[in-house]
Amino acid sequence: MTDTPDISPIRSAVSKNLGARYRAELRFRAAGLAAVAAAVGILIVLLSSIVSGGLPAFTVNELELTVDLEREVIDPLGDGSEESLRRGGYSRVLQSAMRAEFPEVQARRDLRNLFSLYTALNATRLMDEVLENPGLIGSRHVFTMPLADDLDLYLKGLLVEDRVLDTDGALSLSVEGDAVTVRSSATDFRDLAGEFARTLRARATLLEVEADTLAERAEGLSGNDAEDMLYDAELNRRRALDIRATLERDAGPLALDASLPSVLVEVDGRAVALTSIAADGATASGRFLLGSEPVDAMSDWTLYVIDTPAERRRVSDQLIVWTRALEARGVISSAFNTYLFANADSREPELAGVKGALFGSILTMIITITISVPIGVFTALYLEEYAPKNRFTALIEVNINNLAAVPSIVFGLLGLAVFINAFGLPRSAPLVGGLVLSLMTLPTVIIATRAALKAVPQSIRQAALAVGASRTQTVFHHVLPLAAPGILTGSIIGLAQAMGETAPLLMIGMVAFIADAPTLGLEGFTQPATVMPVQIFLWSDGAERAFEARTAAAILVLLALMIGFNALAIYLRRRFERRW
Amino acid sequence: MTDAIHNPADELPIKVAARDVTVSYSGKQALHNVSIDIPDRSVTAFIGPSGCGKSTFLRCLNRMNDTIEGAKVGGSLTIDGQEINDKSIDPVVLRASVGMVFQKPNPFPKSIYDNVAYGPRIHGLALSRPELDEIVENALHKAGLWAEVSDRLAHPGTSLSGGQQQRLVIARAIAVNPEVILMDEPCSALDPIATARIEELIDELRENYCIIIVTHSMQQAARVSQQTAFFHMGNLVEYGPTEDIFTNPRDTRTQDYITGRFG
Repeated sequence: MTDTPDISPIRSAVSKNLGARYRAELRFRAAGLAAVAAAVGILIVLLSSIVSGGLPAFTVNELELTVDLEREVIDPLGDGSEESLRRGGYSRVLQSAMRAEFPEVQARRDLRNLFSLYTALNATRLMDEVLENPGLIGSRHVFTMPLADDLDLYLKGLLVEDRVLDTDGALSLSVEGDAVTVRSSATDFRDLAGEFARTLRARATLLEVEADTLAERAEGLSGNDAEDMLYDAELNRRRALDIRATLERDAGPLALDASLPSVLVEVDGRAVALTSIAADGATASGRFLLGSEPVDAMSDWTLYVIDTPAERRRVSDQLIVWTRALEARGVISSAFNTYLFANADSREPELAGVKGALFGSILTMIITITISVPIGVFTALYLEEYAPKNRFTALIEVNINNLAAVPSIVFGLLGLAVFINAFGLPRSAPLVGGLVLSLMTLPTVIIATRAALKAVPQSIRQAALAVGASRTQTVFHHVLPLAAPGILTGSIIGLAQAMGETAPLLMIGMVAFIADAPTLGLEGFTQPATVMPVQIFLWSDGAERAFEARTAAAILVLLALMIGFNALAIYLRRRFERRW
Repeated sequence: MTDAIHNPADELPIKVAARDVTVSYSGKQALHNVSIDIPDRSVTAFIGPSGCGKSTFLRCLNRMNDTIEGAKVGGSLTIDGQEINDKSIDPVVLRASVGMVFQKPNPFPKSIYDNVAYGPRIHGLALSRPELDEIVENALHKAGLWAEVSDRLAHPGTSLSGGQQQRLVIARAIAVNPEVILMDEPCSALDPIATARIEELIDELRENYCIIIVTHSMQQAARVSQQTAFFHMGNLVEYGPTEDIFTNPRDTRTQDYITGRFG
């Protein structure tokens, strides 16, 4: 134990720091863990928001109409030829089927409304069905078409806030001219009237507060501004007074206008929109939206409130009533949205699909893979295994590294100038898109391949050379197979990046609205097309609300495509690794 | 040492002859005018401190220096009287007859069979599968590995132990039936038992091949070699029968090195 004194100063010095060292390690690990947790959390939020946003787009409400394909309507020339069939009045066929559902609708305006339950483009779909199967001519045929996008959203509960209230009394409808008097044996409307009165009172108070604020601000000012403000304040006060006057009128009915929720009474195939509720809470007046016959003391009825006021939604009470009626009759059913996959882009969200973009992406990626992977791998092979190390190769290497950092839109400009203007290749075509994306991907593939080749131990090359293998045999028998997993990984990263690229394609016209999918064949490479990320971009810009869900759905499709692509890469990598 | 007392170089034909061989890497001279005659069917050891040029000289013998950028080889080097630095000699042909074993075992990441069969395959030495099987079995026998691996030829070569891997690499080298086998510190990554096994093997192979071995271990040089060459700072200082070099060195640098005064 004589050397204990010699060691103890070292020990104490070490143990003095020991706590700090372990704390540093703990901090570092905690930071790492926190980073991972944050990343996973963000990923979950992202995915769940996309999935919840996109799921509604995977189902669609379809109208199943029995259409009468009368020969004289759809075959005007009477010879059953394609030319004749193309001239047929398919819109009329659809319209008469709709009129058969609602025979009481006669006024021009109402009819136009009725026909907006579906998009007119469905006439073309009906024509295609007839052209495909001419045996349908003269028969009665069940034609399925998607409901108009807004009504589809309504049925999915995404368009309006609504509720069905409990009713106690038996309902009677009495008709006096255009007006309908609705009477319940219980005070079924009293709660609603009270609620609306509170809403109106709150609105009046708000107007008065606004008026006071305006008046106050006007005090410090002079001239036109002050006058305008005082005028607005006065206007607000009057409107508030009007509202209060209506409310305070003793026993007067409460008028329902477009600024208040819609109240619909549905009974025995009829629908009435209430226009006022009487003070007794049991009587109301309204107008028929469906049917026109009086009803006497029916206890089976529905009091349906659409809380989103008519002035703040895109669909009228009338369209909602028709839709509900069709749903009740079993004409509307919800199904998997095949349009999303069977159709190319469309102006009408209910008919818009990703097929065109999907095919465009596939064709574009075929070009990109066949060009960038072989050129990239062989470039890297030459530079790494054969090229002498001199100033010239160093310059090339620096430039390749720089190219990887060039903004992708620059490649789009280059593609426009070279492939389209100089070579005269067609615009908007997957061929040009693929070429442009190849240019973009090449540096990534080259850099990844060089890194993979560098990682192959020198001893393997020496071993092969020492046995008498030539340089090329060494490379192809030993170096390349060993580098293959790395090359694959790098190439896939580059290609996945290319698959999600939008900017360079803007330049070469792949952002156009293209309603036909390119064919999955040789001629498809030169047909106008778009790709998935561009489709997502276009839809995210769509005016219709239904495009919102379709955008998310398209993102999901793109993600699925990417996952499939990466899964393939992992599978290939495993196979290559197993061979060794 | 074996019972051979006199210098075998007197009896055995000369296999490798070097005259004024110089090597420079990117203008920096690594080897100065080395002249040496190496006999066939014996083991010649190159010893010397690190960076003395012994490995550089070894790499001249199968032109592995060609693969190093900026390497320049001068002078005359013949194997069986044939100038190997001649333009007409293809390094691929040369390397088929001059096998090499490296410091670290470097089997291909393939099966044991494919490792040994690779050389015969690329050179087209076997016309049929049975013929190739025979070559592989022969090479593994000669390398003393057959008994250990005969039942698992399809296993990856990298799954063997370090000593087995080195013997596999030797089998790979002799599968193409070379005349000269170069060994660049073949045992430096191995434990003493594996080293003993390799040394035994080298002694057996001596009967058929001209073996040149670079080693840092003077005991090893004394155990396995018949001739020893001492290199120092790019010069061949002394060359002669191993016995003489270790018992009666003529040069003081050799004496200092083998007695452990430097290196």
